[in-house]
Amino acid sequence: MKSQANKLAFNDGWHYAPAPESTDHIRIDEKYDLFIGGEFVAPEEGRYFETINPATEDTLSSVALATETDIDRAVKAARKAYNGPWSKMKASERGKYIFRIARMLQERAREFATIETLDGGKPIRESRDIDIPLAAAHFFYYAGWADKLAYAFPGRNVRAVGVAAQIIPWNFPLLMASWKIAPALACGNTVVLKPAETTPLTAMKLAELIQDAGLPPGVVNIVTGAGETGATMVNHPDVDKIAFTGSTSVGRIIQKSLAGTNKKYTLELGGKAANLIFEDAAIDQAVEGIVNGIFYNQGHVCCAGSRLLVQESVADEVIEKLRERMETLIVGDPMDKNTDIGAINSAEQLETIQSYLKIGQDEGAEMYQSSCDVPRRGYWCRPTIFTGVSQSNRIVQEEIFGPVLAIQTFRTLEEGLTKANNTPYGLSGGVWTDKGAKIFKVTQGIRAGVIWANTFNKFDPTSPFGGYKESGVGREGGLHGLGAYVKMAT
Amino acid sequence: MSMAEATARVPVEKTYKMYIGGKFPRTESGRYFPLEDQKGAVIANICRGSRKDFRNAVVAARSAFAGWSAATAYLRGQILYRIAEMLEGRHDQFTAELVLQGVGKRKAKKEVDASVDRLIYYAGWSDKYQQVFSSVNPVNSSHFNFSVLEPTGVVSMLAPDDSGLLGLISNVAPAMVGGNTCVVLASESMPLCAISFAEVLHAADVPAGVVNILTGFHEELTTQFASHMDVNAIIYCDGDVDVAKSVQIEAAENMKRVISRVDTKWAEESAQSPYFVQDTQETKTTWHPIGG
Repeated sequence: MKSQANKLAFNDGWHYAPAPESTDHIRIDEKYDLFIGGEFVAPEEGRYFETINPATEDTLSSVALATETDIDRAVKAARKAYNGPWSKMKASERGKYIFRIARMLQERAREFATIETLDGGKPIRESRDIDIPLAAAHFFYYAGWADKLAYAFPGRNVRAVGVAAQIIPWNFPLLMASWKIAPALACGNTVVLKPAETTPLTAMKLAELIQDAGLPPGVVNIVTGAGETGATMVNHPDVDKIAFTGSTSVGRIIQKSLAGTNKKYTLELGGKAANLIFEDAAIDQAVEGIVNGIFYNQGHVCCAGSRLLVQESVADEVIEKLRERMETLIVGDPMDKNTDIGAINSAEQLETIQSYLKIGQDEGAEMYQSSCDVPRRGYWCRPTIFTGVSQSNRIVQEEIFGPVLAIQTFRTLEEGLTKANNTPYGLSGGVWTDKGAKIFKVTQGIRAGVIWANTFNKFDPTSPFGGYKESGVGREGGLHGLGAYVKMAT
Repeated sequence: MSMAEATARVPVEKTYKMYIGGKFPRTESGRYFPLEDQKGAVIANICRGSRKDFRNAVVAARSAFAGWSAATAYLRGQILYRIAEMLEGRHDQFTAELVLQGVGKRKAKKEVDASVDRLIYYAGWSDKYQQVFSSVNPVNSSHFNFSVLEPTGVVSMLAPDDSGLLGLISNVAPAMVGGNTCVVLASESMPLCAISFAEVLHAADVPAGVVNILTGFHEELTTQFASHMDVNAIIYCDGDVDVAKSVQIEAAENMKRVISRVDTKWAEESAQSPYFVQDTQETKTTWHPIGG
């Protein structure tokens, strides 16, 4: 780095005093049972599995392993609640329950944020400022739709689908639960939700909250387990709708296993988003956007800007500034409010990321990682960029789901778009330029469901989210997200 | 030979070929199947399209996609309207073809009427469905955020067997007006109108490759239509649960959108709506910061 003398050397003379979030205000039970029919019930086979803190590898709690009998019980409870109180209730009253969940989440936001970070490894700053407030906002938004559905589908009468089985990932545990549960309830469905096996705790706390909120028993059921439990939910004959967020490979299996049934489905799957930086962009802002695009939530983001496409004339400048910025990122204790990049969610995911680091180097790309220290225990990955990659490289084509950025260059807008669109995915994309007309050209040209212009990784309950091509089927969020949870009649 | 026979004019019969990339080729496979009338007399030899024909058609449809999806809504509407005009002008021909394939005269006439009307219906939607289905989203931050529809891409269609013209148009028109390009497998038992309709498309300035029409055996080609990796959505209209199952399993390979229109009553009003357009649309949401 030639201009080092003029830079602040954060890693030598600068030290941040630790600013840890306290944990004395939270309660995590030793074990959690299944939330079925409004009560916490032990799993039929009596088996539990541990959930750990990925930043320390300490065990936090044990959660029930739901098997076929348990899933059947949960679906029956959901069906009973659907046939019973939930579908008979006035829509406006249904909405009030959902509003109540939103309000209680806001009241308990700090507790949820703390547990989210302990269980999943994401920086407390993110769970505090993004995950939990957005989850509450989601419930608040959809609560209001409950008695207004007739306005969302012109010329059509809609009704609920029935019982929804919902399977969510570990990257935004509570937020994904809210994305799934809120619209389902607003449209009059009942649900069986399964959080990811590495991040079950905030879902179980949500179960407690829902119990406190006094929802009719069985309207929301929360079961825990791994892939097999999810498969049992998908294949249960009395489920009317599947909502899944996760990998494209699992999405494909789900779509196949639903073949020949009448179950509705929405699949929110993987991505490999291109973030295009043009030479006329505000470069410093763009560098912030790149960092936010790929290092936010350790890169465990399906819509992460994992491919940087930078116009050749500014490539050297952008990459140099990016490297300098990466040096300032603090990797470590997620509970520390200074931390930028927390723990990788699990040993398994760390292994996946490391295998891609090797693949990238074996394919001939040049790897650069920031030089920061990482804690000895826990799962960590330094922010990583690859240069000298080509379009066919696996690190360009495949989703890594970690803080790993593949950098390519382009000369013309057309070349940039061609490269941006040249993967099987189409979830998101970004563009950085100061020219308004160019923004529209690029945002129209990227074949993806969410495009950020001069910003990245922004989310909102009113804003539909979902992919083109192999990134999934259907939308979540906004008015468009209602379509996934209703049946239309003329 | 009587005098009358000696002077009678022998009618010229049409060779029914397929429609791929704006051209009318025979199947590359050289195969055919005879289409017979109720008495067993051969009406025409129909191309028995092959996997390779289908792949060629997908290439044509993909090539046409960029241009057609970027065409203005006004232009797409006018082209659909033009198709309707051309079809109206050949009303008698299509009625006669339906009759030849066993449809009663009155019913055939009504089917052609309804086909023209359906095209007009969708022509009118071209610059309106976007207004009905798009939204400006009031996000909780300083961004201008909006969602619009964009065409899904290349759509493969297994046209309904029992409605040779109206059924085909009812599937092609909503996909096409939304900016998609398509590859259609015509009704197997009533393929004549599909090919004559290709001539109508050709005469209506529909760009080459936007609509491609094959004839052949559904049982043979369904798997290809469902499995091709450069097709973004599949529409099917017939078949039992086993057909539905195999279509969905093949389609999952590249996460195709799977649209079932089984049991649709093509002659009725319920067989048309902007929701048929929406079936082959994707919602794109764009975020713009609001700043100085």
